[in-house]
Amino acid sequence: MSRRGRLSLFAVAGGGLAAVLVIGFTGLPNFGDYHGVYGRVIDGIGVTLRHGTDLITLLNFDVRAFDTLGEEFILFASVLGIVLILRELRGERQEPQREEAEEHSLGGASSVLRALALILVPGLVAVGVYIVVHGQITPGGGFQGGVILATAPLGAFLAGRYLRMKAIAPHLVIEFGEVLGAVGYALLGLSGLVFAGIFLKNYIPLGISGHLLSGGQLDVASVFVGLEVSGAFLIAWTQFLDQAMLLKGDRQ
Amino acid sequence: MTILQVAALAAVAVGGGAVVLSPDPLRQVIVLGIFGLALTMLFFVFQDPDVALSEIVVSTVGLPVMVLLALRKVKEHERQREEQKPGKQT
Repeated sequence: MSRRGRLSLFAVAGGGLAAVLVIGFTGLPNFGDYHGVYGRVIDGIGVTLRHGTDLITLLNFDVRAFDTLGEEFILFASVLGIVLILRELRGERQEPQREEAEEHSLGGASSVLRALALILVPGLVAVGVYIVVHGQITPGGGFQGGVILATAPLGAFLAGRYLRMKAIAPHLVIEFGEVLGAVGYALLGLSGLVFAGIFLKNYIPLGISGHLLSGGQLDVASVFVGLEVSGAFLIAWTQFLDQAMLLKGDRQ
Repeated sequence: MTILQVAALAAVAVGGGAVVLSPDPLRQVIVLGIFGLALTMLFFVFQDPDVALSEIVVSTVGLPVMVLLALRKVKEHERQREEQKPGKQT
């Protein structure tokens, strides 16, 4: 198609989209003028009925916990896809690059920067764990904490030691953590079916609102999701890192 | 709407445009990280710290790591192909 043809097609489509957007936006309520019922209901029952002070986590892991189950398995399946595509193929080999990977140097990274990256590792682990287990009290939860946890081993990589990173986060442990997170969340739901008659029913004692062990299943679900998410991100990153650092060879 | 919210919206608008307009993929990744920080500020000033927390990690670490490593692999491939070409001709 010629350039003029493409442009005229874009003009028609773009104009239509703009018209629909303008009509849609003029129908929206004014800024800060919320009329929904759902939000007010959640506001009302969150602390009184479920003893969770972070309503987003309450929504994710209790009121709409079933949606989270689906999202968790979407993540699981997409990481499975990455592993499948980036696996070691015939014709590829782990080159003598191993030594280079052991002491690879990131261009321009000073020793201060590398030391700083190593110092960050324990701090990232602490922040990640904190955010996972305090999900029901303060902002954060399984997903946010899980991603932060996953970045911790990257500190070892930034310090210039990729194989050391694999040593502190071995593949088997990461995979086991991810599977445990996915299966654990599903089993938590099934246990609700067994002990309370409803899938993902929050039957665990609710505790005192604002305490670390409160909100019933919120904390348990948060830990499982944290395991799953940190495992998923680490698997994806190590697959990419293996490709970039270790594997050589041409794919025919 | 407060001034902070207007500023965050403006930063996101400018940042999004900057990401699209950066020509070199390598620089685009860096600009994308900065755009992610602007988005984080947007979520934060609109009172959604949960999404801001996810956004700050995913956009400044999660995505750039994958794109940068993919770029490195692509460059390596191109270098290999160029090395092989003269060899086949002789």
